[in-house]
Formats: sequence, C-alpha cells, structure tokens
Amino acid sequence: MTEIHMPRLSDTMEEGVISAWRKRVGDQINRGDVVADIETDKAVMELEAYDEGVLEKILVGEGETVPIGTPIGLLGDGSGSAAEAGPSTSAAPAPEAEESGQDDTSASSEQSGMGTATRPEPSRDGTSTGTGQRPKASPLARAIAREKGVDLSTVTGTGPGGRIIRVDVEAAAERNQGTASPAPSATPAAAPAQQEDPDVEEIPLSNIRRVTAKRLTESKQQAPHFYLTSAVDVTDLVAFRADLNERLRASGGPKVSVNDLVVKACATALRANPSVNVSYRDEKLFRHKRIHLGVAVALDSGLVVPVVRDADRKSVSEIAVEGKEKAERAREGKLKPDEMTGSTFSVSNLGMFGIEEFSAVINPPEAAILAVGATREEVQVRDGEFVARKMLRITLSADHRAVDGAVGAVFMQQLTSLLEDPIRIIA
Amino acid sequence: MAVITYRQALHDTLREEMLADENVFLIGEEIGVFEGSYKITAGLLDEFGHKRVRDTPIAEEGFVGAAVGAAMLGLRPVVELMTINFSLLALDQIVNHAAKIYGMFGGQCSAPMVLRTPGGGGQQLGATHSQNIELYYAFVPGLKVVAPSTPADAKALLKAAIADNDPVLFLENLALYNTKGEVPDEVAPAEIGKAGVVREGSDITVIGYSRMATVATQVADRLQQEEGISAEVVDLRSLRPLDRETIVESVRKTGCAVIAEDDWLTYGVGAEIAASISDGAFDYLDAPVRRVAAAEVPLPYAKPLERAALPSADSLTTAVHQTLEAVGHRR
Amino acid sequence: MAETATRTKPAGSGSKSRRGGSRSGGSRSQQRRGNTALGSESPETLREYFRQMTLIRRFEERAAQGYTQAKVGGYCHLNLGEEATVVGLMSSLRGSDYLFTNYREHGYAIAKGIEPGRVMAELYGRTTGTSKGLGGSMHMFDTQAGLLGGYGIVGGQLPLATGAALAIDYRGGDQVVMCQMGDGTTNIGAFHESMNIAALWNLPVVFVVVNNHLGMGTTVEMASAESELYKRAVAYRMHGERVDGNDVVAVNEAATRLVEHARGTGEPAMLEAVSHRMKGHSVVDPAKYRSSEDAEAARAADPVAAFRARLIAEGVLDEDGAAEIEKAVQADVDAAVAFADDSPHPDPSTLFDYTYATPVANDSRRLPADPVF
Repeated sequence: MTEIHMPRLSDTMEEGVISAWRKRVGDQINRGDVVADIETDKAVMELEAYDEGVLEKILVGEGETVPIGTPIGLLGDGSGSAAEAGPSTSAAPAPEAEESGQDDTSASSEQSGMGTATRPEPSRDGTSTGTGQRPKASPLARAIAREKGVDLSTVTGTGPGGRIIRVDVEAAAERNQGTASPAPSATPAAAPAQQEDPDVEEIPLSNIRRVTAKRLTESKQQAPHFYLTSAVDVTDLVAFRADLNERLRASGGPKVSVNDLVVKACATALRANPSVNVSYRDEKLFRHKRIHLGVAVALDSGLVVPVVRDADRKSVSEIAVEGKEKAERAREGKLKPDEMTGSTFSVSNLGMFGIEEFSAVINPPEAAILAVGATREEVQVRDGEFVARKMLRITLSADHRAVDGAVGAVFMQQLTSLLEDPIRIIA
Repeated sequence: MAVITYRQALHDTLREEMLADENVFLIGEEIGVFEGSYKITAGLLDEFGHKRVRDTPIAEEGFVGAAVGAAMLGLRPVVELMTINFSLLALDQIVNHAAKIYGMFGGQCSAPMVLRTPGGGGQQLGATHSQNIELYYAFVPGLKVVAPSTPADAKALLKAAIADNDPVLFLENLALYNTKGEVPDEVAPAEIGKAGVVREGSDITVIGYSRMATVATQVADRLQQEEGISAEVVDLRSLRPLDRETIVESVRKTGCAVIAEDDWLTYGVGAEIAASISDGAFDYLDAPVRRVAAAEVPLPYAKPLERAALPSADSLTTAVHQTLEAVGHRR
Repeated sequence: MAETATRTKPAGSGSKSRRGGSRSGGSRSQQRRGNTALGSESPETLREYFRQMTLIRRFEERAAQGYTQAKVGGYCHLNLGEEATVVGLMSSLRGSDYLFTNYREHGYAIAKGIEPGRVMAELYGRTTGTSKGLGGSMHMFDTQAGLLGGYGIVGGQLPLATGAALAIDYRGGDQVVMCQMGDGTTNIGAFHESMNIAALWNLPVVFVVVNNHLGMGTTVEMASAESELYKRAVAYRMHGERVDGNDVVAVNEAATRLVEHARGTGEPAMLEAVSHRMKGHSVVDPAKYRSSEDAEAARAADPVAAFRARLIAEGVLDEDGAAEIEKAVQADVDAAVAFADDSPHPDPSTLFDYTYATPVANDSRRLPADPVF
C-alpha cells in the first residue's frame, strides 16, 4: 500500500485544494501519470504519480482543502487491501519542520546579578510615582539620581528644554548632603573627589556590581546579622575525599572538592533543621520546603551566586558536576537569570586564598550564609596528647529576625558532626 | 620614520606587497599605461609588467568578477575601482559573489581580494561622482570594509587587507591623497575590525572615519588650544566589523557624542553608531547623540551649493559646541 | 549544415602553444546538426553516457519528489530534458578542469563526479551536502571535483569563470574552465563584458549556452534580437558554434574539440547546445504558458529515451542490458535519498562558522533577540 500525499508545490504553500481527480478508483496508475489537479496559493498544478499501482481509495474529495503531507489517496495492488487498511495516520504528518534549535533564553543572561528575582523598579529613577509626570532627564542624570538617591521631581533642569542633566543632579545631591536630609541610602562622603583628584579614576560599574552593591547594602542594613564560628576537624574528610576521588576516577566520575562536600553537608543539615531554611520578608516568616543552595563565585565584574536546586536530593558527585559547570558558565556570563535566583541558603568559600576564617553578608532573602575558610594543619589536644589535625573554620551568618542563636547553633553542631564523620554526608 | 603623503603610502605598500608575493597583482581601469586616475599606481607597470598590472576595459562587473574568480583560485588581486561611484556597476559581483563565496559554499573556498576605491565629494564633480556609499558594502556580512584616514593607517590597513583571505573593500578619499603624515619605516599590518582612540579627551567624544576622522582631529586640537575643551576622537578605521566597544567605552567616559560622516544622514553609518551608543551607553548619555552628515541632495556642481551640502570643520565645531552646551559644560 | 560567420579558423587544430602564441584573429560561428555517428565512441563509453543520463533523470525525479515532501526547500530547478547536454559536456572535461554553472546544476554536479548522495544531501540541507547545507540547490561546490560553484544570479558566474581562466593563465596551468549558462543569460551585461575580456586576454574558457528555448516563460525569440545565440561570439572575434543538445555524442564531440583547443591555445570559445526543458522553470512552475505542441515536442525529444532506443537499435545495448543499468541507477538514487535523509541537519551553533575565512575582531555573532550590549 502506498499513500499519495498532498504535495508542496510552491515555496509559500501550506495547504492545497484538490481541484480535480484525474484518475478514478480502480484506475491503474503509472509513474508520471497525472493523478489530480492541485490548486496551490499560486496556481493549479498537476500532481504526478511517483509510484505505480491501482488507485484504491480517494481520501480527500474534489474541492476539499488539506495541509501538505496529508494522505489524499491510496495506491494498492488492486486487491482492495490498501483501501481496507486505510491511511497510516489520519492526522496530517507535519512536513519536516526546522528544529527550533536555539534555546529560548536569548537575552541578557549577564545582567541579573545576585540570586534574587527582583530588579530595580522603574520608580527607582527618583520620579515621584504619584504625579504620573516623568521629569525630562538625560539617562546619565537618571543614573546618577538613582545612585545618589536624588528625587528628580525636586530638581530643576537646566539643559535644553528644561532637561535635567548631570550637573543638575550633582548639584542637588550636594544640597541634600548639606541639609543632612535623611537620605534613604547613605552616599559616600567623598563623592566629589572623582572630579578633582587626578590620582583617582572612576571605574564604570558593571551591572553585576551595581546589583550586588544594592542588595548587600540592603542586607547589611536591614538584616541583623549574628555570627557562629566552629572549628571542624576535617582530617577524616580530607582522607575521605581523596578516597572518594580515587574511586570516582576509576569509574570515570567527576572530581569532588571539599566545598562540594560542605555544600552537600549543609543541604543535609538544613533538611534536619528546617528552621534555618527560611526567609524574613515584609514582617513575615517563610519556611522553604525545598533546599536550593547558592554557591558564590567571584568574577572580575563582581559576585554571582549560581544555584544548585534541591541540593539535599542530589549526590555529591552531581553537585560537583553541576557546580563546576555553572561556575564556568558564570565566568562566561552565560548563566540564565533563573539559574541565579531562588536559593534558600548560600555557601561562600575563600579557603583557596588561604583565608582562615571570615564572615559573609547574607544573600537576601535567605536567612543565613556559611563562610568557609582554608583547611590548615594544626596542633590539637586529643586525649591529653598533642596531635596534628587538619582543621577547617566555618562561620554562619544568620538573620536574627528569622533564626535564633540556639537554632543556628544546633545547625552548626550538626553540620560539624557531619563534616567530622564524612561517610554520613553521602549516606 | 618619514613624512609622506597618503598617495605615496598606498603606492609604496602596493609595490612592497607585489615584491613580497607573486600572487599579488593589480587590476583596474587606467592603472597601467595611464598610471592610475589618481596616480597611485604610477611606475608599477614599468616595474612589474602587464601580467601584474592589468589594464581593463571599462567593464566593472566583468573585471571585478574576474578578480573574484582569480582570487577563488588563490591569486590575490588588488582591484582599483576608479571611484566608489563606479563600484555600483559591479555591485552584483561584490555583494552577490565576492561576499558569498566563503559562506555559501560552506567554507570550501574564499575570495582573498582587495577593492581599493576612493569616495568623497568637494571637488565639484557633480552628483554622480561625489558620493560616499561605503555603507552599501559595510552592510554586507562576508565583506570587510576599512577606511584609513592617515598615511600610516593606509599602509597598515592595506597590508592587512592584502594578507586577509576575505574580500576587503578599502575606502580611500579624494581629499586625503595629498595629505601627509608620519609613517614608520617598518609598519605592521593593522588589525581589521579595530577602531582607534586617536586623541584622548574627557568632555565629549567625536567619532569619524576616513576624511572626517582627520577633520575631527583638527577640530579637537583647535578646541583644546582655543577653548580648553577636551574632546576625545575615535577613528573607526573599520566599518565592518564595527568596533562598538571602543565607541561605547569612550562615550561612557564623556557622556556625550558627535558623529562626523561624509555620507548622508538618513540610514547612514552614523545612524548605526548612534544606535550602538544607545545600546551600550544609554545610562551614560547626558545629551542626545548628534550627527554631522551631508545634506540629503544629489550633490550640486556649483561651489557655494556643494560647500553648503558637505560636512566641514565648521559644521562639526558647531555641533560640538551645541552638544557641550546641552550638557552644561563649564556651568 | 554549418553556418559560418566572418573569417574562419580551424577550431580544434590548435597546435599553437598557449603562451606566447598570438591570437589567430579569426572567428567563426557554425551550426552543426544531426545524429553524429556513434562509431567514434567505444561501447563502454556509450553505455556510461546512458547510465549517467539515466542517473540524472532518476535523480531529478526524486529531487522533485523531495520538494513535494518538503524535504527540499527553496527553489529547485531540474535538468530534465537536458541530460544529453549535461553528460556530453561533462565527459569533455578532465578531472582537473573547472566548471562554473548556473542554478540548474544538479546533473552537472553528478556528472562532474560528485557522489549523488552528497548532491541530494545538499538539497536536503544537511551537513554532508556539497556545500554543507549552506548553499542548497542553486549553490553547490566541490573543490575536488572542480565544480567551482553553481550560481543563483543569472550571469553571475561568467565574470568568475573568466577570472578563474585568468588565474590559470597567470600561473601557466593547463586546465580549462567551462562556464555553463542558460539562453536568457546571453542578454545580460556580464555576458558581454566577460566574452570581451576572455577574448581580449586570450583566456582558456569555454562558454556553453544551454538553449532550452525558454528563459522562465520567455522564449528566446521574445528576448534576444539575435536568436541564433552562437552568433553572438562573432562580436568578440570568438569561435561560436551550435550543437544538437539532445545528442550526447555530438555534444561531447563539439565540447571536447573546443575544450582541447582552449587548452592548447588559450583561446576561448562559445558553444550553444539546443535542447528542451521537459518541465517548468522550476518544480513549482506548471508551465501553463507552453503550447501543447511545444510541450509535446519536448516530450517527444526526450534524450534519454531516444538514446536508449538508439543504443539498442545499433546493438550497443540490449533490452536486458538497459534494464540492468536502469535498475542499478535506481538503487543509486535510492541510496542517495537514504544517505541524505540519514544525514544530520546543521546545528544552529555553527551559524557563524563560515562568515569569514580570516577571523576578525568585533565580528558580530548576535542572534536576532540578543542585545548588542
């Protein structure tokens, strides 16, 4: 059995009309015979047979319109079996379409900075949203007003047609400072220095840095941070990691870092302590049912925090692979916005720089962040003996509005015991 | 280091490249016996003979296409089109053929060739002989378009164009042939696709190419001396690819820009630059981007009309002043 | 039988060396007709002609089918009815000779030695195609086979072919360029500029006009003041002649003579091969403008059927032998289709791979929705 399909007969044709059947059911058809007249969007064309056989069934009658590729008739050996069997599919098989190759995230991946969904709203331009009147201002004037917290509706423009220009905003900012107005965001006192001092040059802000600055300022201003530091004996963890990597290498697996183990341990500890996996927002406390871990990556242009989703449900090697891949794409500026948002807890590691311990600024709207230092060999006292152990200091910064000191301490205790008994991390 | 004319720099480079590579040959109208309409090729026929300095019939489509075909087999033709106005007769061979050979056939063959041609008005040559239509070529992926403004750049870019495996339109300008400049004894090929900040400044960015880049530099020098204005001048050097980074970086620094172009304003090269500034420096703009471009008429013959229609140092100075006024410079 | 214009020269007698030889100063145009005797060709050669003609016929039918299945996109111009011309021309060239064609080129690509599967894959837009799927039906290319391009713009290939001949001359090579075109091309400026340059500079290029009587729907008589196209060579003191494009042996004889003359002397020539287009201008053209007599004449002149009958009549082939060749060809075409269908589509990530041969700073790689900054 062979199907005759509605052919494509013009470059713009999508469907066609059978204007006439030139063969009837039962007719013998040879290759090259005209079987039907097809009306396309441009002309009436002859449909020639590519195959031989007996026309056993007409599926689309004269005057009917069907998309290209639709079976319109059946050729058989004359026994009628083709007509009985019917067409392979009743629906028109779509003509081979182009694969929609590109992913749909064509736009600005590098523009969103920290792992938070909100972008600066337009009203941040300083316009008073109530009036509905948008003051005429140059883009540069708007940018400076945004940065210095100047309300443009209070500024008189001296540019052409009353346009507010840079000098107007700078003058307004100076006035504001002079009157000690309670500017919502404090401006550095030495702002004018950029113009006078030839030894200082202004570095244009990357978007990442701009967003980072804004969000971390908010965090430090609004979230009362407290800090809990633990010294963790990671002698076993280091050995465990070496052993694990040996095994993974043998089986072609990825290489796992100490940080990957810390991330996994955090996820496990968060599962056990859901009170740390929370957010405080608008005088409300939210508990996250899923555990998404942000892993901070330092770039020349600023800080980005790719997110490993559902880290508690992923194996260490999955976390290692995903974290490495995302960090690489972050360096190329190719992370999609949704890969940098939605984290519920973050880990920041400066151990590779030899930093012994530090405390991190919470990445809002998360309630806590873990700062991981360098692993160092230290002398410890065990059972009254001096022993050399590998020690790691970790510091939790927590938002006291959402997490109490004791809650944070329990979390740290469990995290420490996981790291000191690493087999449990992968258990 | 020697001070030579733009014409001499082109002539010397052609000669050097012909001596260095047997595959390099010149082809065009009146380049041999007549020694070139603008005498760039003077003396080269005597030195290299008819095989390497090939006079052609008046048949732009025929000989430009022949150069493409020869390039496809590995020769490195340097075509002289007497003026860019006549390149329109060869448009099909340049746009539909030279620019497509590499991409359309899946990278199996390229057309390593140079199309040298001068643009420019101001010589009372009338409407058909005074155009600046390099944009037609800068629009086409597959072509590269360079536009040197100084003798040193002419040399460095011509070397790069001849060495390049793609078709390169090399834009010259009638008004530049006699201009002089320092040219080092050893000139390395320029990097095609890169603009240059030819004069640093902090108050305003002026962007130009070919003749208007030199005008921009002169204007900037005078503004510095007479008014203490610090103008930064960006010479595009390459129209395709366009070095948006350099343009945008400068405008981010100065906050305002004037574009100087010899072509017509509507849809012109400046339109693309202004759009690029909007893309890359929107938040840094303190005034609208200005364009100084030719009046939109078929260029008249009569001198007062011709002068009125073409951009000049004066019109550029006016636009710079107005733009600085708009950003409250020195207030 | 032979029409001659202006002074004559013995085309094909070229004993003159290419380089240093002065132009003969002579030019003649002539018309040859008829069934050239088969005698001069070996039975193997004749059977191979038949095989190639049949291959092109079946291939083009499958190309048309592929178009109706939306496997083949764009424009699709077929060599149906021109098989004798295609095979006669291509068999006159050496492997090292170069060919430039217009957009009606599938048969030329195959007869110049490209695997039918790669030609079909190009029609299917696949990475294994002659131009990696970047060219399509009109823009095939193969360095190895010496196909220096099919060109979609009428007349565009003529200056290029002239330039390729210039490069051969420049380097003292012994290759010849053949430049194929349709009848309509003889009216475009590039034709005249290139004929003049080729004759003026003594370049080894043979211009072949495939006169199938129709430029799209316009007859030669409607478009050309001199409708005997080969006579146009006279204006350039170039040898021009006409041959029956339905006769593969005659086409091969004439083409070989002119190609070898060009090889020996560097002198260009023009050959007009008269045949019929069996179908519309392209696969989407129902050719309603054709009279039924004209269409019937085209059908009757079917060069593949005629050559088959002739080979059988003259005992070069028997019915079984012909059927065997046809069966083998069918298998080749089926294999070509399968190869094309199984070949990968180009990945969008390769979009910018072939814009420039020399990588260049600031080359734009943005996709339509990408921001510039």
